[in-house]
Amino acid sequence: MSQMIKVAITVNGQQTTATVEPRTLLVQYLRDNLNLTATNIGCDTSSCGACTVHLNGEAVKSCTILAVQADGENVTTVEGLANGNEMHPMQQAFMANHGLQCGYCTPGMVMAAISLVKDIPNPTEEDVRIGLEGNLCRCTGYHNIVQSVLAYAEGK
Amino acid sequence: MYPAAFDYKRPESAAEAISLVNEFGDDAKFLAGGHSLLPLMKLRLAQPTVLIDIGRLADLSYVRDAGDHIAIGALTRHKDVETSALLRQHVPLLADAAAHVGDRQVRHRGTIGGSIAHADSASDLPATILALGAKLIVEGIGGRREISAVDFFKGFLESALLPDELLVEIQVPKLSNAGWSFLKFNRRAQDWAIVGVAAWRDAGNCGVALVNMGSTPILATSVVRAIADGASVADAATLACAEAEPQSDNNATAEYRTHLAQVLVKRALDTCSR
Repeated sequence: MSQMIKVAITVNGQQTTATVEPRTLLVQYLRDNLNLTATNIGCDTSSCGACTVHLNGEAVKSCTILAVQADGENVTTVEGLANGNEMHPMQQAFMANHGLQCGYCTPGMVMAAISLVKDIPNPTEEDVRIGLEGNLCRCTGYHNIVQSVLAYAEGK
Repeated sequence: MYPAAFDYKRPESAAEAISLVNEFGDDAKFLAGGHSLLPLMKLRLAQPTVLIDIGRLADLSYVRDAGDHIAIGALTRHKDVETSALLRQHVPLLADAAAHVGDRQVRHRGTIGGSIAHADSASDLPATILALGAKLIVEGIGGRREISAVDFFKGFLESALLPDELLVEIQVPKLSNAGWSFLKFNRRAQDWAIVGVAAWRDAGNCGVALVNMGSTPILATSVVRAIADGASVADAATLACAEAEPQSDNNATAEYRTHLAQVLVKRALDTCSR
């Protein structure tokens, strides 16, 4: 029997706890333990960004973080953005600007984009393109994704 | 994709971490940000049976003015190196190189000490601290010692760190008045460099090191000597690969890398010399 560790992670404002193997990845904790399945696993090698969530307010790739590393910390997933039935303004901007095609990369894109605009409040188009380099859209729908983020930054 | 199973330890201090690694020996690895180690573990290219998580040792995360040099705690994240006002002022080459590591998400987790201890010749920071002539402070059960960057990188993913030693601080000389340039050539965003160059120049003094031009980061000593002897940038750049041992891979042949390194060294030194 391998070692089991109790973790307590605040996810979308709710205290969560579970006893996990140390090798449990944060993305697996979110998806399998908490059933928060909006955060996707894409490449599973920290390249594609589909698993991007916020750890203490900063975008990180949850496929490359152990749940035990997030013990005691604050995690936000895309499920935690909306205020009741009202979407987060970044989600609204993606909808208004057709910033998604198949939708697989979208949760990670939205989380990365919010973190980006927090750091660079008035980004240029180039800032957005470089700032989202860690997120791949295999529909290659980048144009409207970039427009969505710029529209959010202008409108906030 | 789970890594292979391991036991997890979370020491409260660097001293406790060093004591733990002594206890478990070669089976143990330090976990800092995990952005080099965890991908290797998921691919089963590394299978430590004990992970010693030093990621929360806040007293190893700092950037301090130490007179003639800037002292950087090993657990300082790439993002904090990239945005440090002290480094932007005194060692802008290092701050800029840190901004080239991975992507924003990676830079929120990865640490300067983790990247250097991993000793990947394709990574941006090992070559940069080599060009800068940094000193590395490591701590073991017997106390502290200092290793110069030029003596640190021993082979492919191999450093002068002993198995029971922890890299605790990176000391980088102030180069406030030097010209500098970090160039990274790759074909995909967020990728490793096919070839990279870290360079600084202050009149006849300069430092030049190459990314991904051998099994270790390469100090281009022939270029440095030529500049000191008064050679033009164009002439010095032809010596870019005198110390390099480029390999061929899916991205580029050794010949292509050799040509590219000469072009990039010239561009970098031109920028430094302005």
